[in-house]
Amino acid sequence: MRDGKPPAERIPILKMGEFLLVTIQVEMHDRLVMGLQDELTQQIVQHRARGVLIDISALEIVDSFIGRALGNIAKMARVLDAETVVVGMQPAVAITLVELGLNLEGVRTALNAEKGMALMRRGFDAR
Amino acid sequence: MPAVREEIMDVRSDEDVMRVRQVTRQWAIDLGFSLIDQTKIVTAASELARNALIYGGGGITRFEALHEGARRGLRLTFEDKNTGIPDVAQALRDGFTSGSGLGLGLGGARRLSNEFDIVSAPGQGTTVRIARWK
Amino acid sequence: MVDHQSRLAAILRDQESRILAEWTSLLAKTSRGADRAETEEQARTFARLLAQAMAQDATGEIDGPAWAKMRDMLTGLSAARARQGSTPSETATFIFSFKEPLFARLREEYRSDGEGLGRESWTATRLLDKLGLFTTEVYQRTREDMIERQRRDLLELSTPVVALWEGVLAVPLIGTLDSDRTQVVMESLLQRIVDSGASIAIIDITGVPTVDTLVAQHLLKTVAAARLMGAECIISGIRPQIAQTIVHLGVDLGSVATKATLADALILALGRIGATVTRSAPRA
Repeated sequence: MRDGKPPAERIPILKMGEFLLVTIQVEMHDRLVMGLQDELTQQIVQHRARGVLIDISALEIVDSFIGRALGNIAKMARVLDAETVVVGMQPAVAITLVELGLNLEGVRTALNAEKGMALMRRGFDAR
Repeated sequence: MPAVREEIMDVRSDEDVMRVRQVTRQWAIDLGFSLIDQTKIVTAASELARNALIYGGGGITRFEALHEGARRGLRLTFEDKNTGIPDVAQALRDGFTSGSGLGLGLGGARRLSNEFDIVSAPGQGTTVRIARWK
Repeated sequence: MVDHQSRLAAILRDQESRILAEWTSLLAKTSRGADRAETEEQARTFARLLAQAMAQDATGEIDGPAWAKMRDMLTGLSAARARQGSTPSETATFIFSFKEPLFARLREEYRSDGEGLGRESWTATRLLDKLGLFTTEVYQRTREDMIERQRRDLLELSTPVVALWEGVLAVPLIGTLDSDRTQVVMESLLQRIVDSGASIAIIDITGVPTVDTLVAQHLLKTVAAARLMGAECIISGIRPQIAQTIVHLGVDLGSVATKATLADALILALGRIGATVTRSAPRA
């Protein structure tokens, strides 16, 4: 590894009332992304969560794999009657995703965790 | 086009794909790319490295710094020796919704790069080259 | 392209101090008193790095990894000398002047071997020419980077992003939009959205005479990127001619809200964030 650190094995998921909070702070390899997808689904069921907030403000790269994973998480959450909000997308990432042709359908977004939580608490009323 | 400075990496695992991103980032920084340009080429590299791993059964990534007069650029080559893509035009056309990961990766990488070419034939593997200029 | 008979690396290593002594006394003749110490230090470092690099990689391909330290040093040297007012030629000449003491040593070493001397001199000349030219390129690149930065700053200054209300930004675009400018606008708008936490951005194109397909695409991409980040855009100031062009070009505005005037866009934006505008005094 270039920076001498071994790859992270798990992304921590925090429970906050009826919501689950995930803050992605490391570069993720594909297996880690899949693991997060699985674990989130499990925990939504386990805790009967109403919402999932994924903070990607530290993610400098979102490629089609991660984009698809975020979309999948939102879809699975909806099947389990929970909503997903992705927050903190960096401008460079947003510009690149648009160029890539990924539109993250079905994924609600907000500028930061605070707005994301407000969105979830309002019960996702149509804007 | 004269090329100087070269590095080659194996792509045989998820971690390797991640390493390709990191190495691409460093090369882009060294060449003085803006943040947006860095992000574009690292994302393109991620798509192509993953393709080489998943559809190519593993392969290599070659990094080259390009100098053309005062211009500087970064060229990445992704090679695998797998079965090859039977219909390249089709693969490039596939959109996100088709479910074929190959399509979005290739088309996306092309849209994110200044230069793109692909050579693939059944039985001869696939070589994809992209370049981004500062 | 390694010349296996080349003794250049060995000569540089074994005769380093002698070459350096001759070189610095040569340089002292042309350098001014105050700079003398610094020039000597630069000369010492150059000679040392040259010997080290040649020991590792005698091919003389200065882009290789063995020459990284030398390249870094020369980059710093070029910048330092530029700051002191040296022209790029002066800095390159500093490098080229190394040839004199080096060739003196080569003449001694190859006293009875004319062919060897010729070969070795050629290798040494090519190497030092490359290193000297490298300093010139560095100088040029630094200048280019600076000009590019100034150009971008100018572009940014001419397209301000204004906070109209808490949570509402506006970008009044004025003049013709080219691809470059639209990109700069896009990037600074998105960054301002993050910095200010605005949920709505109004892009006003009242001051834009024409909109072509490329500009329209850039605008749409900006709107899409803002939406991905969690902010909505409203495009205002669409004059009838521009509306016609947009339809004629077949540009699909999709679900982007559009308003004829900035004022209308502001009312819409305020409504979305839960504020209303009322008149408290009768119209004059």
